[in-house]
Amino acid sequence: MSRPVLSVQNLQTAFRVGGQWRWAIEDLSFDVAPGETVAIVGESGSGKSVTALSIMRLVSAANGRIEGKIALEGRDLLALSEEEMRKVRGNDVAMIFQEPMTSLNPVLTVGYQICEALRYHRGLDKAAAEAEALRMLEKVRIPSAKTRFGNYPHQLSGGMRQRVMIATALACKPKLLIADEPTTALDVTIQAQILELIKTLQDEEGMSVLFITHDMGVVAEIADRVVVMWKGRKLEDAPAPQVFNTPVHGYTKALLAAVPRLGDMEGHGRPLRFPHIDPDNGEVRGKPVEAADTVKAEEAPLLEVSGLTTRFGIRGGLLGRLRGRVHAVENVSFTLQRGETLALVGESGCGKSTTGRSILRLIEPTAGTVRFEGRDVTGFGKGDLLNVRRDMQMIFQDPFASLNPRKSVGAAIAEPIVVHALAKGAEARERVAELMRRVGLSPAMGTRYPHEFSGGQRQRLAIARALALSPKLVVADEAVSALDVSVKAQVLNLMLDLQAEFGLAYLFISHDMAVVERVSHRVAVMYLGEIVELGTREAVFANPRHPYTRKLLSAVPVPDPARRSLRRELAIDEIPSPIRTLDWRAPAQALVEVAPGHFVRQAV
Amino acid sequence: MGAFLVKRLGFAVVTLWAVLSLVFVVVRIVPGDPAQVILGDQADATAIAAMRTRLGLDASLIEQYWTFLSGAIRGDWGVSLVTGRPVIQEILSVLPWTLELTVVSMLIGVAIGVPLGVWAAINRNRMPDYVTRIASLLGLSFPPFVSAIILLILFAIMLRWFPVISARSGSASAWFQSMALPALNLGLIMAAYITRVARSAMLEVMQEDYVRSARAKGVPWHVVVWRHALRNALIPVITIVGLYLGILIGNSVLTEIVFNRPGLGKLIVGALNQRDYTMLQGMMVIYTLIVVLVNIATDLTYAFVDPRVKLS
Amino acid sequence: MSASVHDAGQAAPPRLRWLAATIGAFNANKTSWVGLVIVVAVILAAVLAPIIAPHDPLEQNILSRLQPPHDDYYLGTDYFGRDILSRLLYGARISLVIGVASTVIALVLGSLIGILAGWYGGKFDVVVMQTMDILLAFPSLILGLILVAMLGPSMENITIAIALTSIPSFARIARAPTISVKERDYIEAGRALAFSDVRIMAGHILPNIFPEILVMGSLWLANAIRTEASLAFIGLGVKPPTATWGGMIREGFENILDSYWLVLAPSLAILIIVFALNILGDGLRDAIDPKLKGER
Repeated sequence: MSRPVLSVQNLQTAFRVGGQWRWAIEDLSFDVAPGETVAIVGESGSGKSVTALSIMRLVSAANGRIEGKIALEGRDLLALSEEEMRKVRGNDVAMIFQEPMTSLNPVLTVGYQICEALRYHRGLDKAAAEAEALRMLEKVRIPSAKTRFGNYPHQLSGGMRQRVMIATALACKPKLLIADEPTTALDVTIQAQILELIKTLQDEEGMSVLFITHDMGVVAEIADRVVVMWKGRKLEDAPAPQVFNTPVHGYTKALLAAVPRLGDMEGHGRPLRFPHIDPDNGEVRGKPVEAADTVKAEEAPLLEVSGLTTRFGIRGGLLGRLRGRVHAVENVSFTLQRGETLALVGESGCGKSTTGRSILRLIEPTAGTVRFEGRDVTGFGKGDLLNVRRDMQMIFQDPFASLNPRKSVGAAIAEPIVVHALAKGAEARERVAELMRRVGLSPAMGTRYPHEFSGGQRQRLAIARALALSPKLVVADEAVSALDVSVKAQVLNLMLDLQAEFGLAYLFISHDMAVVERVSHRVAVMYLGEIVELGTREAVFANPRHPYTRKLLSAVPVPDPARRSLRRELAIDEIPSPIRTLDWRAPAQALVEVAPGHFVRQAV
Repeated sequence: MGAFLVKRLGFAVVTLWAVLSLVFVVVRIVPGDPAQVILGDQADATAIAAMRTRLGLDASLIEQYWTFLSGAIRGDWGVSLVTGRPVIQEILSVLPWTLELTVVSMLIGVAIGVPLGVWAAINRNRMPDYVTRIASLLGLSFPPFVSAIILLILFAIMLRWFPVISARSGSASAWFQSMALPALNLGLIMAAYITRVARSAMLEVMQEDYVRSARAKGVPWHVVVWRHALRNALIPVITIVGLYLGILIGNSVLTEIVFNRPGLGKLIVGALNQRDYTMLQGMMVIYTLIVVLVNIATDLTYAFVDPRVKLS
Repeated sequence: MSASVHDAGQAAPPRLRWLAATIGAFNANKTSWVGLVIVVAVILAAVLAPIIAPHDPLEQNILSRLQPPHDDYYLGTDYFGRDILSRLLYGARISLVIGVASTVIALVLGSLIGILAGWYGGKFDVVVMQTMDILLAFPSLILGLILVAMLGPSMENITIAIALTSIPSFARIARAPTISVKERDYIEAGRALAFSDVRIMAGHILPNIFPEILVMGSLWLANAIRTEASLAFIGLGVKPPTATWGGMIREGFENILDSYWLVLAPSLAILIIVFALNILGDGLRDAIDPKLKGER
């Protein structure tokens, strides 16, 4: 085998926190061969991003310390002076980051930012650099590259910005590209395009790629070899098929067991609990169990949404006249039974969150009715609304933002109980303790503050608070999206258990198709504010009828290298915007029942 | 761009109207008859009646309001009760003194404050940072008249580098001599503010992802700091420079008094001491006008620095 | 010292941990202690002025006019032969009372306006904040001058004038965090839990923005003291013969060419208290700023 492009040996990186040095990476060694793609996988705190920053030597010199050896084609990067290292960055090793929205400088043009690397490393003059930058923009398949060249980052979508980042990184033809979660912030269809682009460019340029991700699906899609990291250590380093098929380390096994896979649910009618995993050795105990049948199909629906429409005006001009409208939610209708989970899926801006908030009237809907237990909530005055909100609760995406940092968690859970005079004093305390036990936390933790809990624990606390009023409906808005894979599985199991115990109905809002497949009874696919397909989970996943549903499903990366999808067309779609002019009329379409209970939006 | 300017000018007109109306109302609801206040307790009834006519106080309120507003638009701001000269003339004769002082001070403030703030930020928690932080905190603790007096004692009385009373003749060196201490006084205090804002803005910007991207592509450090970071950090600095104008005008009043320099400051203090109501009305209008114009200038500067700001 | 506070943070009941952490962070910054000590010393001097002042601040002694500092008069005497040290001590009372009172009034009213505007948003917010912006942009000293001139220079009126000119700043300071806290999920969760607006504003928003407002309060106290002195220097302070720092400088300024100690003592007094308050406010701000905590 030829000499590796990158050879990391005994890498140790430490950060100074409050006067003490703490190791973020301990004794890490791995190689990247020419033309090879190595994926570093791990959950938050595994040290995977720090590894990338250490290789680039972008760790703060005052508060960070890197030891060991990082050899780029035999040259030890840690021995270079800062000026020599600068000449390596962007030239021999380039890097792209997770957040395309914030990784480009907002006050400099896209063209300028691509030219920079060329001018400082290649010494090209302005005209030559611009010509080369333009060529790079075309290479990353940005349409009408010439106009884009003079644009500022805010004029570009997230996917386009990530393409610009890639163009910048590849401008000087680096030997190694480090990609730190480059698609995590992107929608799944855009993610598929960017992954495709990276693969294609890798073939064209013959460079090596170090790909950092938490997503096993993405790993399976792109990696030749996988390095699994956990708390700053390397646990496993093997070719991708081997890691997926015969993982050696317990943690890897646990990680893989916790990943929902699209298509796993064939043959299962009801949601499937995640298997119990021993956190110490990763042993998977028992088979995944199907959840109990909770759906009260014979009763009248708990929630009937009909023709729900929410629009926001866009004002502009001298007198603040209405210029257009965001059609966030457009004529959405569905029903939800007691004990049922209906998933609302779709990509960013499709209106799924606005739908959830409109039902709770956290946002006022423009038109339509929301019947809860037969009564129309949209007509309720303030008093009735406050009453009905006890029965409808919400859990949010960001576990760090959903709890008040200044309130102890016990007080936060007790507050709704006390405010609504459900209990007080010792009785209220007992109720709080019971709720905390129910979500798997010790009541003794009630005196602590949110910052003392992990993300998963906070999400449990948010669930406990939502349960305090014994709701019948819970709107879960991306409730597990921000959690690590293993924690995600536990929280989803908790939600399934609570559904069985209290007969809760969930409106499960998510962009993650694999999770949705796992936990929902029925699925509604949203696109541009409308439901384009609605049916049982089995029907929608096994037999998608709407072209958008098919596109969405085919874009989901599957965590199995053997099922790596064939090269697709290098599409350059953008997610369309639901902003319409004032005189916009919806095309004549309606949900048509193509099979019993399976509706698809079609022209009529 | 055009629409933006029209909108801002429209807002400026509304603001001016609001201030004029406020001035009109305030002068009339303040306890005591202005004529009585002007003439003092010993004045007899006929003198007071004559003064009321002179002030236009005998007409109906609507009429008074109309006369006041239409006069203000035509540039007829009434006649000073003390000197008898038109208010607008009095103001325009000293306005250049104040304007040149504020502009020079502002330049000094920005020229010292921005580089110092950047320097402190990139040396965070090291000697240059500590020194700059203490110095800037001290700078903004000075009441402007105290610092002016200290400059006066130091440079004019003890060192005798500058005249105690600033007067200028035509020559450049005379201009410099009369400008140096007042402008230094105002400029240094302003520099203290700007240093702090520039420092904290730079600290925030240096944490941004795009600064990391710039470093990751091998851009030299000075380009990272002065082009990538500073251009973004300038946005809050511009806000402060715009907002600081109010403070600067207040400080210039005190500075003008200490250095005995002609300007709006001395004019307004004189008007206050002599209860020259028409003069005070005119000064309120001119101050509002300056503030509104500077706000428009600030908005335009934003658009120049930050492409995300759309001028429409 | 820092170790013991750290230990206290570990042992304290959980409710006090946040406070202990804040005190710890404040403690880490030694200069803020200097500020605190000076501020406390000035407050004590003002409170104890009748006991510790060597002379009556109003007592005129024509025989000992314009004396430089010596044994009888540690800081010298003024044009009327009054003891400068005693006048300085009594003057501190005026500065502190007017400063604290006007800051408290402005803090309460301004924060209320800012929170309401931030919470309700929409047209109400636009109208209120545009008005505040105009007031904010208008030179506050000029506004104060005119207000005091019209109302008459008494302690109450000076306090009101300074408070009125500071309200827009506090409204701005309170509004910005209200808006960012309002967007937080826990506020939306509060709405979903059917809490009333008042409950959310008082129980959830106020505690989260209060530290910020308090810090601004300490910095604005410095500003109020400076403004009071400036008004007095222009001649719109509490009427003579009452001793005020600004007024002492005004009187001393007339004899600056030969007796500059007349202005030096009150000048330094103002400078020291304002500087100390600024250091203190800065230290407090660093202590509560989560951005500065746990940084790498």
